[in-house]
Amino acid sequence: MTTADYDQASLPDLLPLYYRRLFPFSQYHRWLNYGGVTKNYFQNREFSFTLKDDIYVRYQSFSTQNELEKEMQKMNPYKIDIGAVYSHRPNQHNTVKSGSFQALEKELVFDIDMTDYDDVRSCCSGADICPKCWTLMTIAIRILDRALRDDFGFRHCLWVYSGRRGVHCWVCDEAARKLSVVARSAVAEYLSLVKGGDETVRKVVLSDPIHPFITESLTVVERYFSQYALLGQDILGSKEAVDKVLALLPEDILFLCYFQTEKNPEMRWDTLRSMAQDKRTTAKKGHYFEMEIMLQYCYPRLDVNVSKGVNHLLKSPFSVHPKTGRISVPIDLRELDRFDPFEVPTISLICEELDQPKTEEEQEDTMENENKKEAGERRKMRDYKRTSLAKYVKLFDNFLEGMAHSRKGEVLKNSQKHFPPPECQNETFDRPMYQCL
Amino acid sequence: MNYLGLIINIFVSVAKTGNDRNAFTSFSCAEIRTLCGNWRESRQIDRSKASSLGKLSEARYRTMQFYSRRKKLIGNSQTEQLYGHCLQFYGQPPIENISLSEFETFAVDRLKLLKTVENLGVSYVKTSELYTKKLDAEFSNLNFPYKIEASTKDDRKPQTGPSEYEKRRKDHISHFILRLAYCQTEDLRRWFIQQEIDLFRYRFNHLPSKNIREFLQYNNLHYHTISIDKKKNLMDKLVTSSFAVSGSTVDCQDFYKVPFQDALDLVRTRKVYLNGGYVYIPHQDIVTIVLNDFRTRLSKALALTARSLPAVQSDERLQPLLNHLSHAYVGQDYSIQKSIGKISLEQIDPLSAKSYPLCMRQLHRGLRDSHHLRHGGRMQYGLFLKGIGLTLDQALQFWRSEFVKGKVDADKFDKAYAYSIRHMFGKEGKRTDYTPYSCMKVILSNPPSQGDQHGCPFRHSDPELLKQKLQSYKVSPSGISQILELVKGMHYQLACQKYFELTHSIEDSGFSLNHPNQYFMESQKLLGGPGAGVKVEVKREDNPATKPPNPSPHQTPGPGNLPQEVAAEITEDLDSFFQDA
Repeated sequence: MTTADYDQASLPDLLPLYYRRLFPFSQYHRWLNYGGVTKNYFQNREFSFTLKDDIYVRYQSFSTQNELEKEMQKMNPYKIDIGAVYSHRPNQHNTVKSGSFQALEKELVFDIDMTDYDDVRSCCSGADICPKCWTLMTIAIRILDRALRDDFGFRHCLWVYSGRRGVHCWVCDEAARKLSVVARSAVAEYLSLVKGGDETVRKVVLSDPIHPFITESLTVVERYFSQYALLGQDILGSKEAVDKVLALLPEDILFLCYFQTEKNPEMRWDTLRSMAQDKRTTAKKGHYFEMEIMLQYCYPRLDVNVSKGVNHLLKSPFSVHPKTGRISVPIDLRELDRFDPFEVPTISLICEELDQPKTEEEQEDTMENENKKEAGERRKMRDYKRTSLAKYVKLFDNFLEGMAHSRKGEVLKNSQKHFPPPECQNETFDRPMYQCL
Repeated sequence: MNYLGLIINIFVSVAKTGNDRNAFTSFSCAEIRTLCGNWRESRQIDRSKASSLGKLSEARYRTMQFYSRRKKLIGNSQTEQLYGHCLQFYGQPPIENISLSEFETFAVDRLKLLKTVENLGVSYVKTSELYTKKLDAEFSNLNFPYKIEASTKDDRKPQTGPSEYEKRRKDHISHFILRLAYCQTEDLRRWFIQQEIDLFRYRFNHLPSKNIREFLQYNNLHYHTISIDKKKNLMDKLVTSSFAVSGSTVDCQDFYKVPFQDALDLVRTRKVYLNGGYVYIPHQDIVTIVLNDFRTRLSKALALTARSLPAVQSDERLQPLLNHLSHAYVGQDYSIQKSIGKISLEQIDPLSAKSYPLCMRQLHRGLRDSHHLRHGGRMQYGLFLKGIGLTLDQALQFWRSEFVKGKVDADKFDKAYAYSIRHMFGKEGKRTDYTPYSCMKVILSNPPSQGDQHGCPFRHSDPELLKQKLQSYKVSPSGISQILELVKGMHYQLACQKYFELTHSIEDSGFSLNHPNQYFMESQKLLGGPGAGVKVEVKREDNPATKPPNPSPHQTPGPGNLPQEVAAEITEDLDSFFQDA
């Protein structure tokens, strides 16, 4: 039993504890400061807090990590959102001449919400999730992460569990943060395959030629389809479910007769699939309906509006979800298939863990670090390490380390622009310069 | 010389080359900015010539130099380099001196060119032969460079008209002049950018490929080509990424590696192979990329131009011209009557109460009451009636029947007034088909004096009288005060829009009012009346096969109208016209 019972009413007691002893301020600041490369990057960042009784305050900004800490410990926000880096300090935006106060940069973000899949999941609906439909998030993360990395060349993508029914992605590359509204919208459109609302039945339409991006995405979907859709969601089982699938097929395929005799979902799918393949070899136009079905049932559905706006506010990592009590923790992509949203620590759990006596391991740790740092900091570091939050902070640390490493690489590359090593002078242009080393 | 008058004349005629775009919402004279910093970049000071223009201060000379015509700088190496290509990005502002008259002519000609670009772009598929032919003709008429002239190399052929160099210089200078005029509001900028992009695309597409390479190189567009080996490796991916790319395309053409931020349209629609943040584009498609680059540069430049403070406050020689340039109505001019013949004379009275904007209602009322209208009123109302679809015969009947009730007998009417009505319809004199006045025109020009009924009531009426009038038209007190607030803030068109909303009992009119005929049409649309006109889909780029259906057979093609088979009205979706093909 890893989750203590969480009750929203206890938030006012738990939050102060969380912000005083558990919230990883140092890492948080390290993240948003981005190495201090750009002046005032942290100071011009907008935060918004949702306080008790749904009081919402925007345009919060802080000069230092310390100020951020003090303020959060004072206000004990129920929710924290991160906005853009503006041209001036957000908390002084009223003093700026109208029109001059502008959102300049922000991470490229994506929000995948399970409710957007209600038309294709039979196990849950609305805000509910279960291990069965969670696979949709796994698929979404795999597909999008691959695309962001391989297609767009982004290297620093932080995937975070939202705390209830979805995941967020924060693309932190410098190039991503500098993207314009138009560019963000183009990226989001590129990644969108499922289109249409309640009134659209066939939400995925494929035609020749099939872009490599779609092929790659299908490869991911196929890995999970049988287990997730055919077995878990039983999309070719009950009559009701089958009808929904058939609604996506062109009329001249008569599966109904066939399905009367064959009951096994996997057999049904195989037939459907081979019929589609047959059609492709005979007909002139491409018929990709089996691919369309797979994509409609599994492909990530993202909200373009969240990704488009430079000034859009999104829930912060390590923020608490008031309804579930779960902390928005980073997701380890190396262990993606094993990620269980129901194992994510709640604020009540980690507060409880704080009170537990130290284990031997931790006592050793303490003695090592005793001489190195100030008492207060020591205590803080020890504190979250004692809880289930530890591994997630470590994950975050690794992420930040990766970005720091990239920054060093950039500095090196830039210095080489002025003094390229001799062997590189006849270089063809499609190799990055630092490969000369 | 009174070039103010000249400009107005020029712009009346420019505005008549019918175009179908709704542009900007109201802005008052007070909001008009003047010149901006571009000219300040030219730092040459010729003090010896300063005295020839007398009173103008030296400060002004640092920013603008306009002297009597100087000899052309042929052979000057800098300008030769600048005009070495027939196509340019307009990165460098001109740094020479030109006369005021050249300044005017250049600006006006370019505006004409851009308007033609706009009209043709709406009526024809941009890659069709007809489009090319017509645009070429316009280039040639207005003396702009459009093709690499073989004759620039062949000196034996006698040149008639301006030389290629002169054309390119005109192109360069006129672009920068229009930047000054069109940087002031978002809508003006958007319109200008759109037309300049279409113009650029057209000219780029007609460049031979050697010149394209030169152009790219000259402009520091380092879109690097990938090696043949790499192309082979990527063959599959390249072919499946784009409908237009086949195996032979990959074999025969160079492929460029371009950062994805420079090719957003291709990325958005997933029409290109994307890897590691770069898209791989065949040479044939490099135009899209170049266009994006052009758009970005121009957009930034315009924003900078607008933001440069009006330190050069009102040079009295230039401000009027630039104001008039940017005021030139760029919206639909209602010269193409879609609902021609659909309105009968009996319907006019009820229509005037339901669907007329306040100015026309006032004019109609005035006409009915005194059986007469003065010239200004006859022009404003008469053209409006033409715009809502009255035929010449109907108009003649209408006016005659009313005037005859007054002091004018039928004979006198035929002698004195019929002529001017026929003139309005382009049947007399130089047979220009006059276009109905836009709100801008009604508000800004020809203010009414005592006894006149024309003008814009929101602008020209005393607020007390306006209030009374609105009360008599049963507008609610809260509505009236809203309107008066807008009038106080000089937002006349918004006030009229509010009037529309109140008289039609709707929350949001859903359109930006800038033309009385637009008011009428929108009202008729709402009420389902005969004057709404038939909307026709214009051809889309990807459907060259579709043609717009034939418009009403009554339409008389006048000199200012587009040919019958292509007269079409754009759909409400304006955004599609701001996207590149």
